[in-house]
Amino acid sequence: MKRALLGAAFLAGLLHLVLLAPPAALAEPAAAAETTVKIDNFTFTPQRLTVKAGTTVTWVNEDDIPHTVAATQKAFKSKVLDTDDKYTFTFTTAGTYEYFCSLHPHMTGTIVVEPTIGGGAAP
Amino acid sequence: MTSNDDHGGSLSRRKVLECMTWAGTGVLWTVAGGVPRSLGLVGEAKAQSGGFTFLQISDSHVGFDKPANPNALGTLEEAINKVKALPAKPSFMIHTGDITHLSKVSEFDDAERIISQARLDVHYVPGEHDVIDEGTGKLYKERYGRGTKGAGWYSFDANGVHFVGLVNVVDLKAGGLGNLGNEQLAWLEDDLKGRTASTPIVVFAHIPLWVVYPQWGWGTDDGERVLGLLKGFGSVTVLNGHIHQIIQKVEGNVSFHTARSTAFPQPAPGSAPSPGPMKVDDDKLRTVLGIASINFVPGQQRLAIVDSPLKA
Repeated sequence: MKRALLGAAFLAGLLHLVLLAPPAALAEPAAAAETTVKIDNFTFTPQRLTVKAGTTVTWVNEDDIPHTVAATQKAFKSKVLDTDDKYTFTFTTAGTYEYFCSLHPHMTGTIVVEPTIGGGAAP
Repeated sequence: MTSNDDHGGSLSRRKVLECMTWAGTGVLWTVAGGVPRSLGLVGEAKAQSGGFTFLQISDSHVGFDKPANPNALGTLEEAINKVKALPAKPSFMIHTGDITHLSKVSEFDDAERIISQARLDVHYVPGEHDVIDEGTGKLYKERYGRGTKGAGWYSFDANGVHFVGLVNVVDLKAGGLGNLGNEQLAWLEDDLKGRTASTPIVVFAHIPLWVVYPQWGWGTDDGERVLGLLKGFGSVTVLNGHIHQIIQKVEGNVSFHTARSTAFPQPAPGSAPSPGPMKVDDDKLRTVLGIASINFVPGQQRLAIVDSPLKA
């Protein structure tokens, strides 16, 4: 009896936690993936990055010279990033995204976005 | 040409550069009949009578405050003080771009405040750092674009010399180099039409119009087409900035020359992991920053370029 009571209290506690959590966490518990691309020595590192759809990629400029992050097919474009500035983009659609620095176009990179399981490529 | 040859070429070029820049002095070059001849050190250079002289400053990067030079505005002011102290007043000045570091209004304001102290007409072309405002060059064009075409290209005549300012820093293509584009090249072809072959031509743009070092983006994809349009002219001078060091070559009727920056030096091609700002000892900085003075003697098809560091 006492154990049942404790069990109920535990469940209530759990319920409480779940209710307090933000709605996004309820909707996609496993899709909060984040990763970083470093801009250093006029190079994107890693130069080619493969992520699951829904991943948020953050570029950080560690050079003493400003750079930009611009998709060749114009899916995304940062404003100019001075030293230590960041740019973040969330890739919701599967596909291969080539990008470059519009100031120093010899700097190029690729993000490959794979569909999530059961998700498939969105439009 | 193999990559080994390239490497050897850049090494010997670097040796030349060392002699020119690290000795902390400038060399006066005279080009006569396509053959460059060194006349001696800057201090020995005498003003030529009857000719006209203009100045080139470049890459002032106003707003830059990183370790390679925490006070780029200060060294620009030193360069302008050098201009003011010249014994003979030059006819005008050209600025081959990267006036500002981040295209901010305050940076353009500061640059204008200092450069105007030279009391000379200044003909500008933008660098890639001058067109990174939200309007992709709107601020630059508002200030310097009057009477220009497209992204800011134009031409003018002075003392019988035809000057052409080109823009090769906008609409750059992924994986590519500097870019002029068809519209600008068509304009240039039209601009040069009907000029006599004996007209001396000076072309200036930010990124070198010839391919200096493509691995670092130091070149212009369609620069060859400009040279094609200039083939028929007897005296062609191409002045650029962008690479923050002196590199020059002569090819037939064309002499190419890049100017020093007034803000910070960059490494010789391939000598560092990247072309980023190069930190040198504080007492060396002013020996690798500077301005250039270009002298024409009419009728002699001869020009002399003198590179002067801020401090010998």
